[in-house]
Amino acid sequence: MSGVAGPVLLDRRRPLTWVSGLVATALVVALVLSLARNPAMEWDVVAEYLTTAQVLDGLWLTLWLTAVVTALGFLGGIGIAAMRLSRNPVLQAVSWAYVWFFRSVPVLVQLLFWFNIGYLYPKITLGIPGGPALLEASSNDLISATTAAVLGLTLHEAAHAGEIIRGGILAVDGGQAEAGTALGMSGSRIFRRIVLPQAMRSIVPATGNLLIGTLKGTSMVSVIAVGDLLYSVQFVYNRTYQVVPLLLVATLWYLLVTTVLSVCQYYVERHFARGSRNGLTPTPVQRARRALTRARLVPSLGKEAP
Amino acid sequence: MSTIPAPRVTIRGLRKSFGDQPVLHGVDLDVAVGAVVCLLGASGSGKSTILRCVNQLERPDGGTVHIDGDLIGFRPDRRRPDALRALAPRELRRQQADIGMVFQSFNLFPHLTVLQNVIEAPVAVRGRSVARARATALELLDQVGLADRADAYPRQLSGGQQQRVAIARALAMDPKVMLFDEPTSALDPELVADVLGVMRDLARAGMTMLVVTHELDFARHVADRVAFVDEGRIVEVGTPAEVLEHPQHPRARRFLAQLTGEPSTDVDTRAVAS
Ligand SMILES: Nc1ncnc2c1ncn2[C@@H]1O[C@H](COP(=O)(O)OP(=O)(O)O)[C@@H](O)[C@H]1O
Ligand SMILES: [Mg+2]
Repeated sequence: MSGVAGPVLLDRRRPLTWVSGLVATALVVALVLSLARNPAMEWDVVAEYLTTAQVLDGLWLTLWLTAVVTALGFLGGIGIAAMRLSRNPVLQAVSWAYVWFFRSVPVLVQLLFWFNIGYLYPKITLGIPGGPALLEASSNDLISATTAAVLGLTLHEAAHAGEIIRGGILAVDGGQAEAGTALGMSGSRIFRRIVLPQAMRSIVPATGNLLIGTLKGTSMVSVIAVGDLLYSVQFVYNRTYQVVPLLLVATLWYLLVTTVLSVCQYYVERHFARGSRNGLTPTPVQRARRALTRARLVPSLGKEAP
Repeated sequence: MSTIPAPRVTIRGLRKSFGDQPVLHGVDLDVAVGAVVCLLGASGSGKSTILRCVNQLERPDGGTVHIDGDLIGFRPDRRRPDALRALAPRELRRQQADIGMVFQSFNLFPHLTVLQNVIEAPVAVRGRSVARARATALELLDQVGLADRADAYPRQLSGGQQQRVAIARALAMDPKVMLFDEPTSALDPELVADVLGVMRDLARAGMTMLVVTHELDFARHVADRVAFVDEGRIVEVGTPAEVLEHPQHPRARRFLAQLTGEPSTDVDTRAVAS
């Protein structure tokens, strides 16, 4: 400690923070009470079905469908972004047309289309055009409801992922690729090693949103009788007519998974921000502790930054 | 001149336009093996474009660049004897790998450490083993005075240190010639000397260098030849003494006077003050 201890410097008073906090808390309490006391919610039914095998099976399908669609969608998205940014005008046009089409057609329409592909193309043949068929299969055998779900969602996902990745790549300074070119590196190596890792900083936040959107988007596959979370609760309430509590079951699961994904997104973003100019912002846990420390509700831990 | 040393870089009739704006109007320039040539000229005169045409970051519209007798970026066309055809990417990359370039803004890879920056191209392009590339890289980092920063990330270094890493990165490819595009223009004044020192050592060690710079002291003491670029043409070329002390072209006189802060009318008769 050095110098004369001057007057203690305090933050300005913030009455609005406290008032808004009280109002918000009151509203939340009122909402929770009204939901909890409303007999139409049938919380006992919710509890009964929340972890039944059928619901958990549906949840499992929702989870793996989300994972598969996201993984395949991003692989496709990388290709679409690379084509769009290439110097080949044909590849550019193909990529543009793909994004245009698959962003324009609603996913629901696509799912129904793929599910009913048998009407359009009863047989799918693999072979040389005009030549002999090497492989031939009936469309309905080849494209099951699940395949249709994966196909429809992935094609849609790839278009969006492609745009996200393209945006991320454009945000990387052009001097980076130039430095790679001047060193004699190949375009694909520059893309993989130099540009893409740097593009991740802006790709990750947008991807988090897309992932959560995909999770909920998978609920659309219930229209083609794929047994996801929504489909399995529908299956139950079609029998028992307990519509509201079973929709609550699905909602609670979607909320839970989205919460987990949001937390993951937060920490992945922090990972890719490492070594950046802005440095790391404190996590919510750290921030809450600091706020409490400032309000003198818990003893200071000593060496924390202001 | 009595003996003419073998040219390493030969530029003939180089022309380049961006859209309908002509930027280079037929540039001729030679850089002898082991020589240092400095390019001076006002901002926008086309100096960067000359360098970027040499290593084909920009494709010229006309003229040729040869390095050790090899035509850069093009080959004779099979059908038209009067035409040249742009090289396929793989062949072009092989030539680019032999031409080192140092940028004004460093362009280090921020997500890779200093060592990873230096070994990336030798491993990816030359196919060297990581162990061997590492050993060479550490030697080069030692040479530029940064052996102890091998594991740092670029943002943890000062601008001068970053630029020295960028020089080491280019040297790691064993280039036949090094192109420097205003390597010290983005640096705080106190950091310039370290970078120029590394470049001077490199010149003494016999590296062939083509350097765009506004550092007249460097040009005076290190360059073998100085060329003055004006509106896409080389209007004056000669020894540092000739071009810096007795510039003939009026634009060169005015430019040098501005750089040294002397009234332009006096420049032709007086030695340029440092
Ligand atoms: N990629 C580009 N597109 C359009 N114009 C360019 C481009 N690069 C350079 N120019 C123009 O060419 C001229 C010469 O540029 P440059 O070679 O960078 O000059 P110098 O390096 O001497 O300052 C300038 O007028 C500049 O605006
Ligand atoms: Mg320039």
